[in-house]
Amino acid sequence: MKIAKYACGSMDHIVNRRRFLSGVAGTVASTGAIVGGLGTLTQGIAAAEIQRKDMRVVVFNMHGGLSQLESWDPKPGTRTGGPFRAIPTSVSGIHISELLPMTAKQMHHLCLLRGVNTSEDDHGKGAYMMLTGRRQTPSADFPQIGSVAAKMLHDDQSGLPGHIVVTPGGGGGRGNEAAYLGPKFSSISLGGDKPPQNSNKPDALSDEAEKRRHDMRRKINEQFLNQRRTAITDAYTHSYEQALRLMERREVFDVSKEPDTAKQRYGNSDLGRQCLMARRLLESGVSFVQVTHSNYDTHNDNFNFHIEQVGEFDQAFATFVDDLAQRGMLEKTLVVVLSEFGRTPNINLYYGRDHWSKAWSIAMAGAGVQRGAAFGKTNDEGTEVIDGQCDHGDIFHTILRAVGVDSSQSLIVDGREVPIADPAAEPIWKILA
Amino acid sequence: MIDLDIQKSHVIHQWKADSPLIACRISPRGDQCVSAGQDSMLQRWNIPSGEKVVLKGHESWSHALTYNPTGDLLVSGGCEGSLIWWSIGDAEPKAIRTIDAHQGWIRGVERSPDGQTLVSVGNDRTIRLWSTVTGEKLAEWSAHDRHIYSAAFHPDGVHLLTGDLMGKIHVWKLADHSLVRTLDGSTLYGPNPGQAAEFGGVRSLAISPNGAEVFAAGTHKGSNPFGAVHEPLLLRFQWSDGALTKSHVCDGIPGGLLFRTCPLNDATVVSVSGGSTGGILLFFNATQEKEIHRAMLPNIARDMDLHAATGLVATAHHDAHLRISGLFA
Repeated sequence: MKIAKYACGSMDHIVNRRRFLSGVAGTVASTGAIVGGLGTLTQGIAAAEIQRKDMRVVVFNMHGGLSQLESWDPKPGTRTGGPFRAIPTSVSGIHISELLPMTAKQMHHLCLLRGVNTSEDDHGKGAYMMLTGRRQTPSADFPQIGSVAAKMLHDDQSGLPGHIVVTPGGGGGRGNEAAYLGPKFSSISLGGDKPPQNSNKPDALSDEAEKRRHDMRRKINEQFLNQRRTAITDAYTHSYEQALRLMERREVFDVSKEPDTAKQRYGNSDLGRQCLMARRLLESGVSFVQVTHSNYDTHNDNFNFHIEQVGEFDQAFATFVDDLAQRGMLEKTLVVVLSEFGRTPNINLYYGRDHWSKAWSIAMAGAGVQRGAAFGKTNDEGTEVIDGQCDHGDIFHTILRAVGVDSSQSLIVDGREVPIADPAAEPIWKILA
Repeated sequence: MIDLDIQKSHVIHQWKADSPLIACRISPRGDQCVSAGQDSMLQRWNIPSGEKVVLKGHESWSHALTYNPTGDLLVSGGCEGSLIWWSIGDAEPKAIRTIDAHQGWIRGVERSPDGQTLVSVGNDRTIRLWSTVTGEKLAEWSAHDRHIYSAAFHPDGVHLLTGDLMGKIHVWKLADHSLVRTLDGSTLYGPNPGQAAEFGGVRSLAISPNGAEVFAAGTHKGSNPFGAVHEPLLLRFQWSDGALTKSHVCDGIPGGLLFRTCPLNDATVVSVSGGSTGGILLFFNATQEKEIHRAMLPNIARDMDLHAATGLVATAHHDAHLRISGLFA
């Protein structure tokens, strides 16, 4: 194993010897990783073993707070139920909102968690909890699930980033979700169905000139790194090399290469195109994709907004799940639909629903979780969890376990062990396949 | 006809139902009012006694109610897509006909000037005409690209108007369902693009009794629709050529949406605004851009109906009350 020699000389970066000798890290050593942020040094997990499993995770982030009553846990005919009915699904006994007719036909692939209680009604804090599995504290920052998945699952030789966020517009640049894992595992953001910005080689630049430039950069880098190597410089180096490989595989991001029939199936919407992009990325070896669907923060006119938003989601999501199943990808891809919280059972003065974290739902599908299941239960009006309660920490553990990562293990950060998931929580064993 | 004095408008009666109310209509004789609640029930209220009869039939909420001209029949449209005919004049009203009429929400049911025909519109973007007497479907046609929010027959008996989420107001010839023209109500479509969600719509259509003007009500300036920050807007169009003649706006109502508008006479209308600023009756005439009078209601309102002959206005409220106001001293 080649251990990076950093300018700061800090022992903080050195691999925990006990864990290294445990035999687990020996597998990591065989991967021969050479550059990267702290991530390459925060070892302790049999990453190569997991990589061979070729597992993927895709998270649908329903930004603003999807209403569980207008999606996974409808309560028709009650004080809190609202105007929408529940419809049967492909699984006998499980009903979901009538706003999800196409998803209902894919229920045999899904696993609903109807007993989520996160006790946090703030957007930012709720999002942090759902994506990191921990409460935000002033003293520590934790990596998001995308960064953890990229570190644990991604094959760096694929030529593509391990962590990609697909947004409706904008895109470009890297996120800042990796915390102690280092910037190598932060996301690359894509705007809709477009390749990353500036990822095409300028026409005026010949291949030969391009090669000469990179050779020169590498030579200068090497001289510099011999004297002043840090995690940050490693991350820069990695970014350059990753960008080069990404340019070579630019066609992966070109949704226009999909047949028209596929585009029509996914729907003529931003989300449809995002889902098509997500499928292409997963097929091409990206370990973690987050698709953002916005916006569900419906304090006002909740029902009209949900008709529009959930209707758009239904076609794109159901087609995505069906497509993964048809292609045999669902066996190795975990699909998660989450929000920062749910919405109040109470319907306010403006036909709105407010923030509600005490009893809400998420959905999963695919790798490592039971199919056609609904776990957890809320009371008749959806105000409390009465069975199968779980929280953000449990969900974080479950996502990792479902794709073969031992969520009870720790990474070594700044000389101390940091559990990759909150040790106070644990996987929801009942839903793991 | 009673002498109206809108400056003196005041609540005369308030009666409480079992759940927040979402719609209401006064009978043609002015002797009763029907409301619809979030418990999917309808209530028939006697005016003035307030005696209540509960009508159970819909599986979901009813946004759409209309009486026949004699007031012995009521047709309601539910969010489950069904139309129900009620023998509303009976001591114990019954559902006498239920038709699975639309795919998804019915947002509007109106009767023709002669009372023989009903129109229903909703989220399936289809216009359907029905015989009021037999329930027979007389016609249907796909009409809009987006959800249809409202409909109104023109008093000439020849034309029908329908309005959608995007603010398009189509004028149809009833005889052959041909599109005569489209009025531009796009200012009623008012989302905040940053919130990435659709918002607005022609929440109500009304025609002046003489048929010379068309009114389209809703909201604009949706700086934060998710937070109920949007202002009331009433558009006034000239029937003869479809030209927009006035955009009626209001000061000091940062959270307002006009759920319904009814003509008081050929030039003056009353609208009801709900939203975070509260329930407000707003009166507009042909000469002023802003309202000529406003009357605060005790609670946020979600629908309204006018009985012009008696000067009574019914309003449906979130606090489960049906309120009857008099537009007189």
